[in-house]
Amino acid sequence: MNWIGRRLPRLEDPALLKGGGSYVADHAGKAAAVCFVRSPVARGTIVSIEMPSDGTVFTGRDLADVKPIRPILHRPDYVAIGQPVLPVDRVSFCGQAVAVVVADDAALAEDLAEQVFVDIDVADAIVDFDTALAPDAAPVHPEATSNVVVEGRMKTQGLDQAFAEAAEIVALDVRSHRQSAAPMENRGGLAEYDAASGRVTLTASVQMPHMLRTGIADTLGIPESELRVIAPDVGGGFGQKMSLFPEYVVLVWLARKLKRSVAWIEDRRENLLASAHGRDQAFSLRGAFARDGRLLGLEADLRSNIGAFSCYPVTCGVEPLMAFAELPGPYDFAEYGVRSRGVTTNTCMMAPYRGVSRPTLTFSMERMMDVAAKRLGIDAAEIRRRNLIKAFPHRSPTGLVYDEGSYLQAMEVAIEAAGLPAFRARQEAMRERGRYLGVGLSVFSERTGYGTPAYAARGMEIVPGYEIVDCTMDPSGDVVLRIGSSPHGQGLKTSLAQLVSDELGVEPQRIRIISGDTDATPYGWGTFASRSMVIAGGSSKLAAGKVAGKLKTIAATLMETSPDDIELKDGWARVSHSNQAMEIGTLARAAYHQSHRFKGLLPGLHENAVYDPGGTFSNASHIAFVEVDIETGGVRVERFLVAEDAGVLINPMIVDGQITGGVAQGIANALFEEIVYDDTGNLLTASFADYLPPTAAEIPEIEIMHMETVSAESVTKAKGVGEGGAIGAPAAVVNAICDALSPFGIELFELPATPQRIREALRRAGGASYA
Amino acid sequence: MPDKRDVTLAVNGKTYAVSVEPRRSLADVLRDDCGLTGTHLGCEHGVCGACTVLVNEKPVRACLMFGVQAEGKTVRTVEGLADGDTLHPLQQAFWENHGLQCGFCTPGFLMLAAGALQENPDMTDDDIKDVLSSNLCRCTGYQNIVKAVRLAAREMRARARI
Amino acid sequence: MKAAAFDYLRPADLGEALALLATHKDDCKILAGGQSLVPAMNFRLARPAILVDINDLNELDYLRADADHLKIGALTRHAAFHRPVVEGPLGTLLAKVVRYIAHYPIRQRGTFAGSLSHADPASEWCLVAATLRAEMLAKSVRGERVIAAGDFFHGTFTTALEPDEVLAEIRLPAMAPDWRVGFYEFSRRAGDFALGMAVAAARVEEGTIREARLGVGGVADRAIRLGTLEDQLVGKPASSALIDGIAREARGMIEPNGDIHASPEYRRDLIATSVKRALTEALA
Ligand SMILES: Cc1cc2nc3c(=O)[nH]c(=O)nc-3n(C[C@H](O)[C@H](O)[C@H](O)COP(=O)(O)OP(=O)(O)OC[C@H]3O[C@@H](n4cnc5c(N)ncnc54)[C@H](O)[C@@H]3O)c2cc1C
Ligand code: FES
Ligand code: FES
Repeated sequence: MNWIGRRLPRLEDPALLKGGGSYVADHAGKAAAVCFVRSPVARGTIVSIEMPSDGTVFTGRDLADVKPIRPILHRPDYVAIGQPVLPVDRVSFCGQAVAVVVADDAALAEDLAEQVFVDIDVADAIVDFDTALAPDAAPVHPEATSNVVVEGRMKTQGLDQAFAEAAEIVALDVRSHRQSAAPMENRGGLAEYDAASGRVTLTASVQMPHMLRTGIADTLGIPESELRVIAPDVGGGFGQKMSLFPEYVVLVWLARKLKRSVAWIEDRRENLLASAHGRDQAFSLRGAFARDGRLLGLEADLRSNIGAFSCYPVTCGVEPLMAFAELPGPYDFAEYGVRSRGVTTNTCMMAPYRGVSRPTLTFSMERMMDVAAKRLGIDAAEIRRRNLIKAFPHRSPTGLVYDEGSYLQAMEVAIEAAGLPAFRARQEAMRERGRYLGVGLSVFSERTGYGTPAYAARGMEIVPGYEIVDCTMDPSGDVVLRIGSSPHGQGLKTSLAQLVSDELGVEPQRIRIISGDTDATPYGWGTFASRSMVIAGGSSKLAAGKVAGKLKTIAATLMETSPDDIELKDGWARVSHSNQAMEIGTLARAAYHQSHRFKGLLPGLHENAVYDPGGTFSNASHIAFVEVDIETGGVRVERFLVAEDAGVLINPMIVDGQITGGVAQGIANALFEEIVYDDTGNLLTASFADYLPPTAAEIPEIEIMHMETVSAESVTKAKGVGEGGAIGAPAAVVNAICDALSPFGIELFELPATPQRIREALRRAGGASYA
Repeated sequence: MPDKRDVTLAVNGKTYAVSVEPRRSLADVLRDDCGLTGTHLGCEHGVCGACTVLVNEKPVRACLMFGVQAEGKTVRTVEGLADGDTLHPLQQAFWENHGLQCGFCTPGFLMLAAGALQENPDMTDDDIKDVLSSNLCRCTGYQNIVKAVRLAAREMRARARI
Repeated sequence: MKAAAFDYLRPADLGEALALLATHKDDCKILAGGQSLVPAMNFRLARPAILVDINDLNELDYLRADADHLKIGALTRHAAFHRPVVEGPLGTLLAKVVRYIAHYPIRQRGTFAGSLSHADPASEWCLVAATLRAEMLAKSVRGERVIAAGDFFHGTFTTALEPDEVLAEIRLPAMAPDWRVGFYEFSRRAGDFALGMAVAAARVEEGTIREARLGVGGVADRAIRLGTLEDQLVGKPASSALIDGIAREARGMIEPNGDIHASPEYRRDLIATSVKRALTEALA
């Protein structure tokens, strides 16, 4: 039986459904509670910290020996900024931890934290791009000469020529406001001290356990062997739980200092205030179009607000450099000029959030295509037809090589399913009755599953990318897979089990996957960047393949045939064209207990493999249908279509789940979520009453169609699919709003398109009924 | 520090005698004092619903009730939903329809749906979606949660008729 | 986000509760549904030294209708209104409005009286009470008094209640079967507080409006009854021109507040739209 391609219910679920999940807070019970005292202001000098006379409290002075978190990019334009785990002299954003207290339970810890008084000499905060980039702006960090701390630039030779020849130049200023990944489980860590060994075990809600171990060991100046990091069940991450945060370093420091177990379970307010944000970007684009709609050249000035610090290990280059490299997206044009800057401000740090830059850059490109189409009198789909990549491999102006994809086909499939002629008729009829419907299209590429070359190209000192997998079959024929990747809700264990089942011929229920424990798994990079299925999947397949090879040799020896004639399936090794067969469990037992019989084979069934691919591009097309209430500015997404090409689907149910969840976040991005600071850098959206993740009432059903382009760039033939939904949806939704509002000539370039922004646009356009 | 109170709770048919400060939320009492960690905390201000449990068979936010208030009431948590090893129809439907990813919101959704269906087994599809808009999920995009609850409701009605 | 410490008192009847309030006055707070107070306590924005839990006061858990009033006891939960509690337009209106208050689990605990006492400017029940001219019965050891809605709401989170008083009952005037009602609310997500909303009710005889009620909420420091506009409606035939005119006037009459979700300018639009839609529903 083939397991790949089946909608197998997830092996992870029964425990989770019965309340038997194991999240970090579930382990924190007996540990002392840690609470961080956070800066109430965005910028200033610490004058003094007054502490209660009784109680365990530490400040930056106590942690003077701890090195700052200082991720490095080897680029001349990169300024490395150190983030002190607890600052001694100055605070750089509202919510930054300045002291830490320890008490018997969380409530008492909060009581104690309230008694710590931090006197700060407040300075004017730099919050937005204009202030940060003003010529006379004081840099957020004295060690930098300006607020630009990373900058990518390039220009192709023929760009000026392209603009000179353009029939139409489309210029737009796009603004994506800041957002939070807002996983339902906040961050948290439990640091347990083992008196016998002196080792600390940090159980934490993280996506990258090995990286965390390296980062903490480096900042504390201890060997990695003194620390074990466990990622238990993780309640969502979406990138927010990738980075090394000061809180985790402090926890390990406390456990070592106090020789006791300590736990910090973040609350929602802290999570919105001080974990990590993303998507705070301002892009200015100029597209040079030929009369026939061909994009000849693109010029872009891209600014990303990276907040006060640089995220470890990927650095604050992650948004600006992704934007720099991937703005061209699914379009085939040669001339490109770009300047992409990462800008420091007195705000919470930027870190990857599902999609990283691509939601904003797709939004920018797709808005540009729609505007260009209108100006040139071409249909929105037609202008894309004329510009999409059609030949593979394709080399982008920034040198990225796109493997086989289905850019055009995916769009055509989505359009076909959308039934546009009928919709246009309904749209017309409804307009007569004062109701405004719209349809919007977006097309994009998603670079996934990239290995070390891609990260090395960015100049990262720490170059992630590969994955190592250990695969062991025990004497009874059951399998253990130890992976460095660290899933947090993606169902990776189920998908990997399906993959390995087909290699080894045993059913998925017999495959146990161990992840997220630095003592029990090979060094790995965790789960992010839509990589786990491609890379951990690739190494799992390779490792299992080696075990399968060994099983076949053993089977061939025992059944006196050639290994090539052995097929592993349904728990049996069968000799083809005969009815000879042996149970896989019998072979496994032989591998361990009769190893002397197999000349040239090492005893046992234990193999590992490394996979470090160049990367593969997934692609998709989204179509959104919306209705805009022009009196309230409210938008309802009526219908949403996705035509996705993620290569071969290991478990289509899980893939669809990834897409649906991503689209929901994309719709949130388009319409609801926004982190707002006031001018002084004080956060105004520190609760779920003000920061607005949508509910079931706001998210429509999402219809999904699949292309399955087989790519040579992925050994599993699967492409990554973790981020696409979030990447394409904002563009489709806002294009649809603009289509709905086309009678008023309204074009929106801001995310999220909130009701009040839509009303404002209507008012400016003279479409406000009560103006 | 104000004194702790002795409180007796009836949770999932079992009695728990605990001694807690009045300020401790029902969610914290369930998790930390009763060891029932299936009830989760996502916001502690009533919006996310991860903490939803049944109190006197009605779904409520366990972060917005104090443990001392549950004295004399019956409480049901996700740990009390399955019948031994047999999953509740809602749990089964969530499993079959991929109604969960990270699973953090799941106990809250299950208890919300269980309570609402108990009050009204004949909820329409729209009613179900409306009730489910009480809680937040960040992973699934809701579609499979809504589908799972609709199918479970159908299944539960069918069983009730037998 | 754990509440600051407090002492917890759980009186068994109203007399005991009033005595506790009289003793502790400003040091204590009544705990009803807890759906507004507890979030504020978890954020440590509210930190009462003592909580007087009134959830055992079964004598306050009632709904009684007589010829003149619907009487709502203080422990009546929002969820009690999911189905019409009285026949006729009032029951219909309350059943419609309650669906906009928070979410199903929150409605299982939150109380009508708690909403009024809390006096959130965007509370639906406050709007209903202000618009329909409710009367509030306050009790204390000193005795009891009836407060008219117009005198009850003093501003954001402030009312006429004294620290030793319990809001024991709310009396909504009965509505004859020939009243017709409308409600419109705009919020960002399902269950969120309104950015703007309106309640309208009218008694129409042979096409002419004889009596009218109109109020808006979520736009200023308290719900606003639009008395002058009610007067303008009376005596006129219902028409969309009339409704548009009233909506426009409402827009100009109120100086709305602004926050991150809605600027004053945007709220003005929502006032007009809410009034128009609520009136349209009522006069349809
Ligand atoms: C996520 C969320 C969304 C919400 N959305 C809405 C919404 O859209 N619309 C809305 O109107 N509400 C909303 N609420 C609030 C909810 O309706 C509350 O139930 C209500 O505001 C307060 O009622 P309560 O019984 O819970 O009062 P409590 O929270 O117990 O008390 C509130 C205040 O009133 C005082 N008080 C309570 N009862 C009395 C009394 N009888 N006499 C004197 N004082 C008293 C208390 O001391 C306290 O100061 C929401 C709440 C949450 C958590
Ligand atoms: S934790 Fe209770 S509603 Fe979010
Ligand atoms: S499954 Fe992760 S939050 Fe719902």
